[in-house]
Amino acid sequence: MNASIAAGAQVEPVEPPPLHLKPIDRRSFGYAEARHLLWRAGFGGSPAQIQTLASWGLDKAVDHLLDYEAVPFEAPSADAFDRNIMQPPTDEQRRQRRAAQRSQNENALAQFRLRRQQAQRRDRQQIGEMQRWWLKRMIETPRPFEEKMTLFWHGRLATGYRTIENSYHMYLQNQTFRANAAGNFGNILLAIIRDPAMLKYLDNDESSKRRPNENLARELMELFSLGVGAYTERDIKQGARALTGYTFRDDEFYFNQENHDTGSKTILGVRAPHDGESFVRAILRQRACSEFLASTLYRFFVRHIPTDPTRQTKDTKRIVGQVASALRRSDYELRPVLRQLFKSQHFYHPSVMDEQIKSPVELVVGAVRSLNAPVRDLAVLNDALDLMGQRLFFPPSVKGWDGGRSWVNTSTMFVRQNILAFLLTGKKPVGYDATVGSETFDPMALLDSLESGDPGASNDPSKVVDYLLRLTLGKSPAHARAVLTEFIETHGGVRKDVVTGALLLVTAMPEYQLC
Amino acid sequence: MGFGHWEASHTMTLHNDPSQASAYTRREFLHSGLTMASAAVAVPHFLQRSAFALPTAAAGLSSIAGVNEDRILVVCQLGGGNDGLNTVIPFRQDAYYRARPGIALRGEDQLLQLSRLGSNGSEGLALHRAMSGVKSLYDDGLCALVQGVGYPNPNRSHFKSMDIWQTADTSGVGDGWLGRYIDAECCGYGKGESGKDDGSSETINPPIAIGRTAPLALEGARVKPVAFETPDLFRWMGEDVHDSLVDPYEKLAQQGVTPGTDPHSNAAFLMRTTLDAQVSSDQIRQAVSRQPLVRYPNSGFARQLQMVASMIRSGLKTRIYYVTHGGFDTHSGQGGSNGRHAQLLQQFSDGVKAFYDDLKAQENDGRVMTMCFSEFGRRVSQNASGGTDHGTAAPMFLLGPMVKAGVTGLHPSLTDLDQGDLKYKIDFRSVYSDVLGAWLGAKNPGEILEGRFKATRVVKG
Repeated sequence: MNASIAAGAQVEPVEPPPLHLKPIDRRSFGYAEARHLLWRAGFGGSPAQIQTLASWGLDKAVDHLLDYEAVPFEAPSADAFDRNIMQPPTDEQRRQRRAAQRSQNENALAQFRLRRQQAQRRDRQQIGEMQRWWLKRMIETPRPFEEKMTLFWHGRLATGYRTIENSYHMYLQNQTFRANAAGNFGNILLAIIRDPAMLKYLDNDESSKRRPNENLARELMELFSLGVGAYTERDIKQGARALTGYTFRDDEFYFNQENHDTGSKTILGVRAPHDGESFVRAILRQRACSEFLASTLYRFFVRHIPTDPTRQTKDTKRIVGQVASALRRSDYELRPVLRQLFKSQHFYHPSVMDEQIKSPVELVVGAVRSLNAPVRDLAVLNDALDLMGQRLFFPPSVKGWDGGRSWVNTSTMFVRQNILAFLLTGKKPVGYDATVGSETFDPMALLDSLESGDPGASNDPSKVVDYLLRLTLGKSPAHARAVLTEFIETHGGVRKDVVTGALLLVTAMPEYQLC
Repeated sequence: MGFGHWEASHTMTLHNDPSQASAYTRREFLHSGLTMASAAVAVPHFLQRSAFALPTAAAGLSSIAGVNEDRILVVCQLGGGNDGLNTVIPFRQDAYYRARPGIALRGEDQLLQLSRLGSNGSEGLALHRAMSGVKSLYDDGLCALVQGVGYPNPNRSHFKSMDIWQTADTSGVGDGWLGRYIDAECCGYGKGESGKDDGSSETINPPIAIGRTAPLALEGARVKPVAFETPDLFRWMGEDVHDSLVDPYEKLAQQGVTPGTDPHSNAAFLMRTTLDAQVSSDQIRQAVSRQPLVRYPNSGFARQLQMVASMIRSGLKTRIYYVTHGGFDTHSGQGGSNGRHAQLLQQFSDGVKAFYDDLKAQENDGRVMTMCFSEFGRRVSQNASGGTDHGTAAPMFLLGPMVKAGVTGLHPSLTDLDQGDLKYKIDFRSVYSDVLGAWLGAKNPGEILEGRFKATRVVKG
């Protein structure tokens, strides 16, 4: 870079956003705002979708996304996947196995091992099918907010397949998240302490009255509801007692009365013969619960702040505090709070828009949805998610994905660029045999709404570039506009392959990773 | 200060002059090669000072005080569960022949008997005849063979057991053991702590894995590994679509931080990382394009090692490399002195031999230790299909002039078995402990491994 540009580098000062949730002026809801809303409350929108929302205005646009039950879409069926692969052994099988162990019957034991390995192999196949199924659903759904919230809960109340090794239980948990996606936080917590996948993941199925396992009680408070510092070790011990007997049988929650500690416990200052339900209610009464939930929602939808309040700035605490008090007013109903947030001046402030790093799922699903790119091969897209660090149903730990800048490093950056090249051209990303699919991407269809608003514009390279940049980056930086306009002009004007080339370039820009 | 950097200013000291952020170009980075652009702007002050305080000569090898950046570890994973009993063979024991009538190796022409080195007991042990390469490393004092390595309550699932080896945690949960080491070295954060939001990323070069994905072992909370099958895939593939895209791509994606961009913003972070990626890609591709100093055998595994040797030769500051040799899951037809397992061992053995010949020609052999492991060994008895099923303990190989050459530990008994499997003698984490402490110079291996494991001495004292 030459010295004159470096010396002339001036950073535009940006006013800080207002620290309240007052709505924006209805008249200022236009294309850029509708685009922003579609990205954050969903996975981006095509030009036609953005324009439709913009023409509806703020209230109708937000309501349409949030009140998604009004939009018909098939619910996933209970028998979409095989529930029987990982059935535990029957009593008879257990008896035979014990007998084989006693008599040191190596052949029989080898058979048992083999059968188990075969089941595990089938189950791993099924979790792969499930990953592709969910990815497809996110791409196709007319209710993007429903899937976005389901993804939010998957990352917040995280359970990993590797530990539980039961794909059908992951599917059931996914259904639970979807059913409660934008409902009441209390109900979600109540559901998660009865969820077979979570009970297994955090060892509550091995907890007993005599020896309570503290894992679920700890994470329920530390990671799911209150955050570090808002409870004591004693609360964990007492909470673990409240959760004894919470286990599952086959695919359903089972309350093992005999294994439940019915004695009196003091949790978060409330003395009672607590069970899991009253433990959750004690949590919800804590102010810290609303603040922690507000931080996590804000981090996911607005800006990647630390969830630990001691690491938040004063201003961050103030805006999060606004969200928290809205949550308390709504009795933890999420929809009214998010509705308020998605209409707020804060949410549409320039410092908030286009400054969130897309998660790998947002990148891939968003590219297909916003550019109308062909899906080509779900297995390739799914593998790319893995390479970019977001393997669905395999969050790295109970903390879920860290998100933000942790998504991006020198290795994942190329995958991010290359998966876009695959979607646009069929060129396979890192590490695949090049069997280019037959589907072709038609970039010219993206220009329809440019043409209808400004007849003739879709033949004008500079107008086309400006339009495409606003669609893909949310803004049209002068430098990029100049390079791309020149590219189109010197290669024969606005033609299908040239526009595809321009989009290849735009999607390789660092700024494309933002939404 | 704008909204975008509240947290950044709160948690760290930043470089003072924002205009510096854009004063780096790809070309300058290729020449200086000292730090990554993403670190250059966002490295906390104390780290930058120590980097600059080093004398120039030392800075060639070390950019962080106290870290032995000249020492390199190459981890070699034998995937699928290598049959340890047909790799290092207790050829004097009848039980071996009884358990493996169809696949046992016998006789002088099938066995490479190990001579005694130092005080170590190599009595009655031989290498598979396909392993003449490793045998010659052994004879030259460049091979430590650790017997009967495993862990308590062995898990026979490939995935689970591999996770256990890679996390050094018997439940197989958490970050990778080498990821935690690098985190601790570079950033002082322990396992499980989330990546910070302050934008400081790699302050030392990330580990490199040859393969489609990086192994869990290299995943830290802070430093993330780079992975590629061939360096030619570690780049933007869009340029293959048409030549005309190359020039505008450079202008749009390889400019570093563009003027007018807030240097603390996510946009600036992404611009720096994109430039970093391109710089690494250029360096690595340039390194690998050179002719090696020795002839490598024709196998995928050898090609991986050849790439690693080229990167070492070119002076890349990467300290940890990871290569993988798969296919050891020999449930049927594994063969004895010939056949599938013999072939896999030969590829392994010839590969590492060529690797050390190359390193020696480069005069880098003294800097590079190689540690080879498999997620488990196989059962003592062969099965009905002329193969072996998943087992437990197995030998590990450590290579390089710094290793305590010879045999360490006793071979597990072939008659005192646990449900048909060998009982382990040495916990793999006690080997890791010595590799971390005595070789990589970790100040506190116990903290990284989250438990004290009496180091099994594999590095020369």
